[in-house]
Amino acid sequence: MKPKLAVWKFSSCDGCQLSLLDCEEELLQLAGAVQIAHFLEASRATRPGPYDLSLVEGSISTAREQAQIRWIREQSRQLVTIGACATAGGIQALRNLLDFDEVQQQVYPQPDFIDSLATATPVSDHVKVDFELRGCPIDKGQLLELINAFLNARRPNIPAWSQCQECKAAGTVCVMVSRGEPCLGPVTQAGCGNRCPAVGRGCYGCFGPAERPNAAALSRRLQELGMDPASLQRYYRLFNANAPAFREESARHE
Amino acid sequence: MLQCILDTGGLQALITALWESGHQVLGPQVRDDAVVYARLREVAQLPAGIVDEQEGGRYRLHRTVIPEGVRPLFAHVVGPHSWKRFLHPPQEPLWRVEMDGQGLAIQPAEAKEARYAFFGVRACELAAMAIQDRVLKGGEHVDSAYLRRRQGLFTVAVNCTRAADTCFCVSMESGPAVKGDFDLQLTELTAGGEHRFLLEAGSEAGEKLLERLPGRAAEQAALDEKAALLAATARQMKRAMPAGAAELLADSLDSSHWESVAARCLHCGNCTSVCPTCFCTRTEERSALDGRSSERWRLQDSCFNEGFSYIHGGALRRSAAARYRQWITHKLLHWREQFGSAGCTGCGRCITWCPVGIDITEEVHRLAEAKA
Repeated sequence: MKPKLAVWKFSSCDGCQLSLLDCEEELLQLAGAVQIAHFLEASRATRPGPYDLSLVEGSISTAREQAQIRWIREQSRQLVTIGACATAGGIQALRNLLDFDEVQQQVYPQPDFIDSLATATPVSDHVKVDFELRGCPIDKGQLLELINAFLNARRPNIPAWSQCQECKAAGTVCVMVSRGEPCLGPVTQAGCGNRCPAVGRGCYGCFGPAERPNAAALSRRLQELGMDPASLQRYYRLFNANAPAFREESARHE
Repeated sequence: MLQCILDTGGLQALITALWESGHQVLGPQVRDDAVVYARLREVAQLPAGIVDEQEGGRYRLHRTVIPEGVRPLFAHVVGPHSWKRFLHPPQEPLWRVEMDGQGLAIQPAEAKEARYAFFGVRACELAAMAIQDRVLKGGEHVDSAYLRRRQGLFTVAVNCTRAADTCFCVSMESGPAVKGDFDLQLTELTAGGEHRFLLEAGSEAGEKLLERLPGRAAEQAALDEKAALLAATARQMKRAMPAGAAELLADSLDSSHWESVAARCLHCGNCTSVCPTCFCTRTEERSALDGRSSERWRLQDSCFNEGFSYIHGGALRRSAAARYRQWITHKLLHWREQFGSAGCTGCGRCITWCPVGIDITEEVHRLAEAKA
């Protein structure tokens, strides 16, 4: 019996599960190794649980989602969050910092029809998560590595160290040191494939905080480079605004 | 020692001869606002008239004021790359294992022939290569891939005629004059507005190549100019490692100063990545999806990573203070016991490329102050 794989979507843009379809060549291999039991973006044919591996995209932002994630956890041997929304709350978690009623009124002409929670929260706030894949979106190489590790019952080779080490291994010149460009790389987890610094711009922090980040020290340096407190506060508030290390550092500059 | 004087045409002849003898020539050139090491075919690729301003966490390239109309090719010092990237690369395969009917069949990684010629190796970098030699091929367990790359290597060293503000090779006794194991050494001379290069052989292979180049005999004035330039470079050096750093560190393991470094340190690992002597690696298994074959790869690691000191149950060095202390005491103290020299050559890369500019010489000074 091939292990059963399920892909689930909560509040998100679908970009992360699209990474699985993006695997193209490897997808065929993958389809040979697992039974894709639930993956609505790929097929409307579904099979009942329980599932061996559930990949969960998106943050929890409605009461219905709160109930559904508990059900999925019960149905899943391993549950892995994929992407910044599922792992940290995503860009929509910016609303956690604001008054939700006001936000609704700004966006919708008739907010009475909106049935959402006041916060968008990571899956790990609701159920036990076995592993978190970072990124906005996730990296397809890391996704394949994760599934590969699951199939071979080993730990995934997905390091939690800084983006800087990915830059240095690739030979990319540090944009902060050579040009004074602000960069979140020193406090951001590696794994994106060195996308922004390789084209001469600072890291946005798509992969969220690295292991034990020292964001306070980075902020001091960014201020020396000329970043004002308001910009600094916004700097940590993007796709991973609700990741604790970024949220706390941002709050220090309010 | 065999020596001669070359003009820039002669320098080109040297690069061409190295390619023709089967070497892949790598040398300094400007890319993405920095002097990096990449394939070098022509003298025109060298960073003509470029100097690198360096400070803690800051690196900028500028055009030089041209002395007597000459655009110097080696007025820069060292950049973010080091030769380690080629001799001890950030990742490489070690072996491959496959399941056959009986059990496991192991194949070593393909032994790729590598014949590099490094063009423009500075004194501190030669010293760093000698240190990595002791670590990777000096002991009982020789790294065969490293050994192969090292044996195929041809080295054209360059004497530094300028020091950056982050340089401290004089205090580490590794520069600025080229010494040790090299094939040829160059000194760029500009006196009297005449742009020329003093080329001196340091090995038999170097002598053989030098004899084939269109050079003229080196006059005493050229040797005198070289000596004066090197003395001036040594005087330019603004930073120094305090004497007795090893003893001081041995005596400072419980210093309160480590916490002060930890407050600034990003533990991003930039210092270990750019260091030309840091050699630590980890391995990972890259299995096939069906689990019937796997490749073992070796990857660059850093003592600033949590997993580096992981043993069952957790990491030994959890705090940034413990990790910085590990790094600096290894560099300046324990390396001596382990490999017979310090693990630092005074190149200054860890100072420049630390995003927050933590300075190894300054931290030793501060530890001394904390002691006093």
